[in-house]
Amino acid sequence: MSPDAPRTVEDISDEASASLSPVPPARVRGDALTIVHVYPHLLGTYGDAGNAIVLRHRAQARGLPVEVVVVQPGEAVPTMGDVYLLGGGEDAKQTAAAHELREDGGIVAAAGRGAVLFGICAGYQLLGETFLGVGGAVAPGLGLLDVRTDRLQTRAVGNMLARPVAGSGLPDLIGFENHGGATVLGSAARPLGHVVVGVGNGDGEATEGAVQGHVYGTYLHGPALALNPALADRLLATVVGELAPLDDVLCDRLRRHRLQEVLPATARAGRRGRVTARLRGGRDSGASGATATLSDVPTAR
Amino acid sequence: MAPGAVPARDGVPVPDGAAHRARLAVALGAGRLAGELSRRLGRGAGAVVRGRVVLGIAPDALRSLSAGRRTLVVTGTNGKSTTTRLITAALGGDDGDDVASNATGANMGPGLVTALDDDRAGTAVLEVDELHVPAVMRATAPLVVVALNLTRDQLDRTHEVSRTSRVWGDAFAERPVTVVANAADPHVVAAALRGSPVWVDPGLRWTEDATVCPRCGQLLEWIDGRWSSACGLAMPEPDYLLTPDGVRVPGGAHVPLDLKLPGTVNRGNAAFALAAAGVLGVAPEVAAARLADVDTIDGRYARLDLGGRPARLFLAKNPAGWAAALAMIEPESQLVVGINARTADGTDTSWLYDVPFERLAGRTVGAIGDRRDDLAVRLHYAGATPIVDADPVRLAAALPPGPLVVAANYTAFRELRRHVA
Repeated sequence: MSPDAPRTVEDISDEASASLSPVPPARVRGDALTIVHVYPHLLGTYGDAGNAIVLRHRAQARGLPVEVVVVQPGEAVPTMGDVYLLGGGEDAKQTAAAHELREDGGIVAAAGRGAVLFGICAGYQLLGETFLGVGGAVAPGLGLLDVRTDRLQTRAVGNMLARPVAGSGLPDLIGFENHGGATVLGSAARPLGHVVVGVGNGDGEATEGAVQGHVYGTYLHGPALALNPALADRLLATVVGELAPLDDVLCDRLRRHRLQEVLPATARAGRRGRVTARLRGGRDSGASGATATLSDVPTAR
Repeated sequence: MAPGAVPARDGVPVPDGAAHRARLAVALGAGRLAGELSRRLGRGAGAVVRGRVVLGIAPDALRSLSAGRRTLVVTGTNGKSTTTRLITAALGGDDGDDVASNATGANMGPGLVTALDDDRAGTAVLEVDELHVPAVMRATAPLVVVALNLTRDQLDRTHEVSRTSRVWGDAFAERPVTVVANAADPHVVAAALRGSPVWVDPGLRWTEDATVCPRCGQLLEWIDGRWSSACGLAMPEPDYLLTPDGVRVPGGAHVPLDLKLPGTVNRGNAAFALAAAGVLGVAPEVAAARLADVDTIDGRYARLDLGGRPARLFLAKNPAGWAAALAMIEPESQLVVGINARTADGTDTSWLYDVPFERLAGRTVGAIGDRRDDLAVRLHYAGATPIVDADPVRLAAALPPGPLVVAANYTAFRELRRHVA
């Protein structure tokens, strides 16, 4: 089975108008949409700033006034933002960021009033109950997602494809993962999708990411929203309601290239890696980060 | 210890004896044959294959081939090849003085072995991959290591810069070595302080990867281009300082620079070359004069002919390199950007969002390479208008008139070299 062809612009924006959560965040209409980019110096390994760029661009393209607020450690995290972005980061920086955010309290307050939170890799893990900090010690997260993170046996590095859970209305999630975390979801969180190529949560059940109310976490690292514009629009629509469609021809072409060329090649390499490992009598090393092949796709829709 | 090896003064075994020499001779012969075969099969220059064969037969060949030479190692995320070339020139390598160097950029063990087998000159200037610095230092015992910079690059292959900084520091502490080091880069400084540093301020600042102190982990403070940390680590006073028209050298003299290479980043690389040559006793005025004629480094800055339209070729491999490349491009120039994501490039294109493409907002920019669609989306979000085409010649014809620059990452750059005029 080949991966789904990318959706059209219309499909994507239609889907984006449906929110996963019934409660819209408290927001004063007419104000600028406020995107809070949290601690880019600590949580910004590789292209994470792209998500703020993409959200701003896509909101402005709909004529919405937007303000991007960049918060550094030591500065108060605003409580009245609409979308909060937390990127990836190495262990020491992640632990420092989690500590600062707990002390500050701003993001927890924002989540409490229904703001949208979007965490990637380290940012995803620290939104959860616990994660592994410096030296592998269990560190407390912010408790905004019912997930707990342990360590993967082999670091997951490679292209990823996840099929969104049934009813989410999102098209395939694509991107690149580079993490050593194994994240298990509790009963209050739902996965964002099921892994088709890659590792994702690494919980043994091939899930990827988590969503709980307006709080999202994913192992699709870096500029995940650039590759998944429907997810970007989902975050925006949660705040402002229905969005007009955009001309996404460039992005559609990029998604087609990933789905038809890059991801099948990654899946083939993963299969080769597993066969080689078996022939050597070893365990599956997950060399390319591929745990499933395109023919093992669990059909969620 | 292998038979025939004798302990050196610092405990590192130096291979010796007839058996060892014979094995090395066999290895080098076999390597040359393999390299020649690879060339005839059209598999490139064969430098890496040749070195691999040599190392397979004589694993300590790099140590043997380095013995008795003055060796300089050049490393860092960006500028390695250019600075290696400039140091070679500064030491008189273009004026008949004998200097061996791995000029083709094969910068791990096999490439170094081939370069040293090809040229038995008493001085060797070796470009070395960041992560291979400790092993190469152990084998070649360099007098000088030039540490240019440490910025994010291919995180799917390498590590975070703080880890590389620690690896370098441990290597610099292992034996006495002069480290010609970038004073403006905190990760380089933290490592260089463990050797004997000569500080260079190369002018440019790349602060995106220098936000947190490599020693204590706290946020760094940047004031007027100088950095400091709460723990006391701070930017050292430079011994060599890039100025608008030259380099201020130790003693306070000012040496003018007149380069054919474009951009501030290459003037900074020239400052490193003056400092490295200075450690070996070459007067800065002499060194500076020798840099003037260097105009292309293994295709970098080469003149292209794209279906009759002339263009200049730039290489940029990571966010800091791209920022430097974009700064070199004049406002009236037209630009084509080429992006691949093969193994040598790093297979993750996320870094495109760490490149300040916003500087191109409002402009039309050509997009080529395997990942031209990734690039087009990035350019679109940066406010530029991409024209996407697989063929650089067609793109050159489609872009408005004006000087044309083609900037590409590693494997895309290699493919573009076939258009060199």
